Amino acid sequence: MDGLENLRGAWLERIGSASDEAALEDIRVSALGKKGEISLKMRELGKMTPEERQAAGPALNALKDEVNAAITAKKAGLADAALDERLKAEWLDVTLPARHRRQGTIHPVSQVTEEVTAIFADMGFSVAEGPQIETDFYNFDALNIPGHHPARAEMDTFYTHRREGDNRPPHVLRTHTSPVQIRHMEQHGAPCRIIAPGRVYRADYDQTHTPMFHQVEGLALDRDISMANLKWVLEEFYSAFFGVQVKTRFRASHFPFVEPGAEVDIQCSFEGGTVKVGEGDDWLEILGSGMVHPKVLEAGKIDPNEYQGFAFGMGIDRIAMLKYGIPDLRDFFASDLRWLRHYGFASLQMPSVHAGV
Amino acid sequence: MKFTLSWLKDHLDTEASLDDILDTLTDLGLEVEEVEDRAARLKDFTLAKVKSAEQHPDADRLRVCQVETDEGVQQIICGAPNAREGITVVLAKPGTYVPGIDTTIGVGKIRGIESYGMMASERELELSEEHDGIIELPSGEVGDRFVDWLAEHDSAKVDPVIEIAITPNRQDALGVRGIARDLAARGIGTLKPHEPQVIDGTFKSPINVTIDADTLDTAPHFTGRLIRGVKNGPSPAWLQDRLRAIGLRPISALVDITNFFTFDQNRPLHVFDADKVAGNLRVHRAAGGEEILALDEKTYTLGAGHMAISDDTGVESIAGVMGGAASGCTEETVNVFLESAWWDPIQIAYTGRDLKIHSDARYRFERGVDPDYTLPGLHAATQMVLDLCGGEPSEVVEAGAPLQTARSYPLDPARVGSLVGMEIARDEQVRILTALGFSASGSGDALEVWVPSWRRDVQGEADLVEEVARVASLTKLEPKPMPRLRDGVAAPVLTPMQLRERSARRTAAALGYNECVTYSFIDRAAAQLFGGGSDDVMLENPISSEMSHMRPALLPGLLQAAARNQARGMMDMALFEVGAAFHGGEPGEQHLLVSGLLVGHTGPRDPHGARRAVDVFDAKADAEAVLAAIGAPAKAQILRGAREWWHPGRHGMICLGPKKVLGIFGEVHPKVLTALDVKGPAMAFTIFPEEVPMPRNSSASRGAVTMPDLQAVERDFAFVVDAEVSALDLVNAAAGADKALIEEVRVFDEFIGGSLGEGQKSLAITVRLQPRDKTLTEDEIEAVAGKIVEKVGKATGGSLRG
Repeated sequence: MDGLENLRGAWLERIGSASDEAALEDIRVSALGKKGEISLKMRELGKMTPEERQAAGPALNALKDEVNAAITAKKAGLADAALDERLKAEWLDVTLPARHRRQGTIHPVSQVTEEVTAIFADMGFSVAEGPQIETDFYNFDALNIPGHHPARAEMDTFYTHRREGDNRPPHVLRTHTSPVQIRHMEQHGAPCRIIAPGRVYRADYDQTHTPMFHQVEGLALDRDISMANLKWVLEEFYSAFFGVQVKTRFRASHFPFVEPGAEVDIQCSFEGGTVKVGEGDDWLEILGSGMVHPKVLEAGKIDPNEYQGFAFGMGIDRIAMLKYGIPDLRDFFASDLRWLRHYGFASLQMPSVHAGV
Repeated sequence: MKFTLSWLKDHLDTEASLDDILDTLTDLGLEVEEVEDRAARLKDFTLAKVKSAEQHPDADRLRVCQVETDEGVQQIICGAPNAREGITVVLAKPGTYVPGIDTTIGVGKIRGIESYGMMASERELELSEEHDGIIELPSGEVGDRFVDWLAEHDSAKVDPVIEIAITPNRQDALGVRGIARDLAARGIGTLKPHEPQVIDGTFKSPINVTIDADTLDTAPHFTGRLIRGVKNGPSPAWLQDRLRAIGLRPISALVDITNFFTFDQNRPLHVFDADKVAGNLRVHRAAGGEEILALDEKTYTLGAGHMAISDDTGVESIAGVMGGAASGCTEETVNVFLESAWWDPIQIAYTGRDLKIHSDARYRFERGVDPDYTLPGLHAATQMVLDLCGGEPSEVVEAGAPLQTARSYPLDPARVGSLVGMEIARDEQVRILTALGFSASGSGDALEVWVPSWRRDVQGEADLVEEVARVASLTKLEPKPMPRLRDGVAAPVLTPMQLRERSARRTAAALGYNECVTYSFIDRAAAQLFGGGSDDVMLENPISSEMSHMRPALLPGLLQAAARNQARGMMDMALFEVGAAFHGGEPGEQHLLVSGLLVGHTGPRDPHGARRAVDVFDAKADAEAVLAAIGAPAKAQILRGAREWWHPGRHGMICLGPKKVLGIFGEVHPKVLTALDVKGPAMAFTIFPEEVPMPRNSSASRGAVTMPDLQAVERDFAFVVDAEVSALDLVNAAAGADKALIEEVRVFDEFIGGSLGEGQKSLAITVRLQPRDKTLTEDEIEAVAGKIVEKVGKATGGSLRG
């Protein structure tokens, strides 16, 4: 049995010092192969007496298993070492920049339009649309602004060219989203709740005016809607939009298409040179509104004795500037990549009431 | 509309503070735009006394004064001729800002002698144009604040000037009296009485007035009178101060009086120099072509129908808009003919607009002037002329009669509650209306409210409600919840097209494009490059030639944006826009587009060699992705032959049939890039969301998925075809070989050159066969392969590459 112990020591040592898989395989063959040393010893068992076999058999089997296991373990060790070696060689400077992937953005006007839509949709308002080139009827007359009305001159209206011989009054680029009110009333009647966001145009250009900007119109008609409802709707809207409780202040004013009319201020502070909505004691003028004028209802083929309601119009670019701290309106339409990337929104940043706007 | 606080107090008896008055004005709908508190600008000036004044050794006109101030005796050099011992002066100490010379006083040396301040003239304090010498005060103690002295002795000089915005409906607030009436109704003081005395004439006016019959509808009432023997000249200081305070230049007493009534009572007047009027005055419509040199020293040519006032020699005044220079009053005028007339607002608006005259008279007549105050206004003005200029009035000359405006509307006191949502007691409603000059009669819920002659804007019950709510104060309005349209979860509101627009936008951004919002109007040349620029879409009054035509497409705006970014050194970009383009000038002749633009490279240089120039297939991939996002069918044709702004050989129209174009992708024509200053090449796509058919069935169900257990087999083929053959035709032909078995055909290589003949190319495709019920045998696969070769050969003339 001492022989076996020597044998074991010798093989384990050879296995231990095998330098690669090939050497290990040679060892396996010479130890456990058909003519391997241990295999030959096993064959000798047959010549032994049962008693001898009783003792030598298990010992030899154990030796065989042990050598086998040592080879397997050594093999795994060698493979690991080889892998380690390879991985070491595969070292990369991972501080190198990644492959470029373009980052697209959503324009603030689109984002804010979707925010406004999400909030008003929750209050049951759907989205109405109308043409940007309008007749003077829809843009003015139907809104109780007849041809001689001073408000027409004050609107800085863009007119479209008329060909020689075409004596119709020129069309206009809509100066507000209000004509959508009339078109919607004509097509769908009352009751209704709509907002109408979109491009509007006025011939004016300076730091706070661009010849094109965006408005959202609101219209709610029913049998008993009052200005107090309007105030509630607007306060709900602004609170959701700015993410803080916002108070409004109504001030009497005049727009030909409403009666009574009001300008609406939102609560804010001007401390430190920045506007903070929803705090402080100051007020910021934010929109024009009122109860739809009976003549406007009539123009929309709705009986003013049966239905009443409110309308409002506010600047989308304006509330975008306020909410996101964008200083200059003109940059909205300049398409400067630096601006688009800085003020733009990720494609998956989709406004919703449940996720927040 | 500008006025001063003391002017307001002529009409309003009030103890209210300036701030209270300002807040109330804004709340009433008379929005305060600006307050010029002149006292605030003069707060640092103090009174001082000149102890001695001696000749400056090096300057004839300068005096070296020792001045007693509240900080001791100071040396001040002064150039005023009246600087002398003993006078009380207004002192600007070093550090004080002097508005009239826009300078902050410092300690300085004047001709070698130190000076510690300045003694001010009226002009330097912007109190008047007076600059002949420094101010000498008849009273006051050293150290007193000058503003306090002014408030006590000459308050008009520090009268706060208030400017308010007047909405077009508030004719009544175009006179200080109307503003006072509003404030009084709110409870800020009491309205003082104003009842002009009738001034009887002592002789018959030598100038008579007639109104032509065809003009009476827009000139219903004219009153006037001659005042003889007046002495015109500068008006008194109080009047000059007021006019100057509101930005008007005092001219002469007679003219200043007309301006005073314009602003005090919203009662524009006109004064003719009676000696320059030949014969009588006639109010008539212009025939058209008459010329008149007006008071603004410009010559106007009247249009047919404009109203004129003429004497025997011709037009002397553009009625209600502006008087003529020839018969205007001067300092020498001794006989004046005073006009107080009423003109139709609409006619005045048109005349003013036609002639482009923006006068105070036009502004007021087109918004409305009280027709019942025409004659009282004449009497009130007569009184002021007599007071300031003396003279003797003639009897009144009157033509026509006041326009009848008396009208009433029923008002249900509950209407304020139902329309505005404020509970205001019936009695309070009546009180408010009465205070505003309305009169209410009736009882309970049936008030009958008569409208005063100065409120032509009030045309119904809603207007009466507004008056009540406005005066009661909308600030008190409490929000009231508006019930949800339906209980429970809010219903979706977006239309399929609105959803499409949103999907397209979000997809383009997800693909790495930056969204732009460019102007809807572009220059004609750019519009013409894209098939637009016709007169139908031209603006009559663009703000610049760069913004003259409605855009026919989004690409010109995006290309111009690209050029601007390139000019700033940004060469690689992906821009997109979603919006309307205009194919005509009529309402509705607009269509929704989604356009993307790729310029430069896919990214910056990097160590991976990933950077490459953008190409047509980038644009194609993005176009297809956007189309897929808005629900376009996956199978579409690719046709050529799009418009001339595309590269003729490098574009494709994604179509469902030759007339149903869903989108176009390709390279932008190099000539277009040159014209728009874009460094190319540039790739682009345009999607027409409205052209994509709506899904036929709106069910949310997707149908069952098929996932065969049997493994698919892929076989590759390489065909040699003519170079002009479209890969898509070849793919479609191959796919048609066995529609049941062939799941997908994909091109994986295109090869041109080598051993291939001229005008030939090799297209390699891989065909994926998906057995459904049993594994395919080699024979079956061979059979399909043979059919594919046959079909492709038939469709394209191609053969397997040997």
